[in-house]
Amino acid sequence: MVAAPTSSQSAGPPVGGSSRSFGRFRNVHQEFLQESGKPLVAIEDISFDLAEGTLVSLLGPSGCGKTSFLKIVAGLAEATYGIVEIRGQQVTRPQPDFGFVFQQANLMPWRNVLDNVLFPMEILRRKDAAAKRRALELLALVGLSGFENARPSQLSGGMQQRAALCRALVHEPKLLLMDEPFGALDELTRMEMHDLLLQIRKVTNATTLFVTHSISEAVYLSDVIVAFSKRPARIADYIEVDLPYPRTPALRYDAAFTGLEHRAGIALGITR
Amino acid sequence: MKPRSRIHTIEAIVYPIVGIVAVLGLWQAYVTVFAVNPIVLPGPIAIAKASVKHFDTLLEQTWPTLAESIYGFALAVLIGVPLAVCVANSRILNLTFYPILIATQSIPKVAVAPIILVWFGVGMESKLVIAFLVAFFPIVVDTATGLRATPPGLLELARSVSASPSQTFWKVQFPAAMPFIISGAKVAVTLAVIGAVIGEFVGSNEGLGNLLLAANSQLDGPLAWAALVWLSILGIGLFFLVVVAERVLMPWGHH
Repeated sequence: MVAAPTSSQSAGPPVGGSSRSFGRFRNVHQEFLQESGKPLVAIEDISFDLAEGTLVSLLGPSGCGKTSFLKIVAGLAEATYGIVEIRGQQVTRPQPDFGFVFQQANLMPWRNVLDNVLFPMEILRRKDAAAKRRALELLALVGLSGFENARPSQLSGGMQQRAALCRALVHEPKLLLMDEPFGALDELTRMEMHDLLLQIRKVTNATTLFVTHSISEAVYLSDVIVAFSKRPARIADYIEVDLPYPRTPALRYDAAFTGLEHRAGIALGITR
Repeated sequence: MKPRSRIHTIEAIVYPIVGIVAVLGLWQAYVTVFAVNPIVLPGPIAIAKASVKHFDTLLEQTWPTLAESIYGFALAVLIGVPLAVCVANSRILNLTFYPILIATQSIPKVAVAPIILVWFGVGMESKLVIAFLVAFFPIVVDTATGLRATPPGLLELARSVSASPSQTFWKVQFPAAMPFIISGAKVAVTLAVIGAVIGEFVGSNEGLGNLLLAANSQLDGPLAWAALVWLSILGIGLFFLVVVAERVLMPWGHH
């Protein structure tokens, strides 16, 4: 899958020589040595480009390696081989201009909400008045005004994840990495979070890699869906989501929307 | 405060008092009805009377025991916490020190007390050392456990924002271990009082343990029991000092 597919076949991502692209992933491969001594291939051969300002979903079944891929891009894990470039730089460790949203909110119980949001600024030694202002703006954006001094334990799961989102955005990252961020939330809260994320994207413009196993979530949020196969992860389909913005809940019942859901379902092998 | 939680608060105060009063009542009744010799078992009233009568002596003898316990406990924290940090963060130090730690802990402190006395004399130092020895272990073990039990998600968060090892330690690992350290300190502080009393029993010329032994040998049951009551009040008092420290150090722990 190194060469760009010449035909307009659906299964291959357009991997051209676009060195101007924001993120470039080529032949990313990851394997572990099992206890038996046999190698276990987690990620087989992933190549695609990440265009600046877009949201790309990594969609696939649980345990397929999509989170492993995200962690490689984040610099939290290493590929066995392959190219993982963000803005022309090979990623070998976490970068200060990356923001990561985990599946769990991972808020520190000993800090209030505002200090949790400011954690990255503290680590980067940029915790000043401007940082605090930005944190408060972000909290207002996600509807957490008035909860600055609350303890995480006083927040609902959805509110905690909103605070975690603010923490990932507080240092104005160029790349936002989201690992099933809404997976632990109930359906209605999750749909609220989708609209919130769309709104945040308008404001922040961060290029986003979004891991999910929810087809409708991927279609609703993405510009591009990279559908992963079962382990070892390979690209099953590269789906450009040409749905218009602004996206609103009514879109979920649109024929174009369900058509894309269908295509993603075929890619995941759950329908024909 | 909601009415329901107010009822809970009242219950939390009333029921323990009912329990204590019932036990004291039964105790006094038993002693009175069977006319038990006060050398064997004085009643609560006799103990209270002895407490009032010997108030000055008891108070005077409280200070040395209190000082021995607090110094021993403080020393255990000052040495135990940094040692736990080393043990928790280094596999080599862990392998080197852990067996020694277990070995020192398995030695009965009562058995070492006479030796400690030979080394440090009958003054405060020997009591302090014994109090330190018994308080040390729970502090080290609980702190090391806490430092190893940092939620993996928080460690990954620290890594994702490129936190340095020292930032990760001070801003994530250490505060996350605080509940463990506090619970170790709660056990340690009550043990420190026991350690101080063991020291006083083996050889001393002051302190509540010393007073208890003296009263016992003079067949003054009520005074011996009064000293015992004061000792437990001392232990409870120190325990609550740690509880106060807990509220100050980890205000997030109470909701």
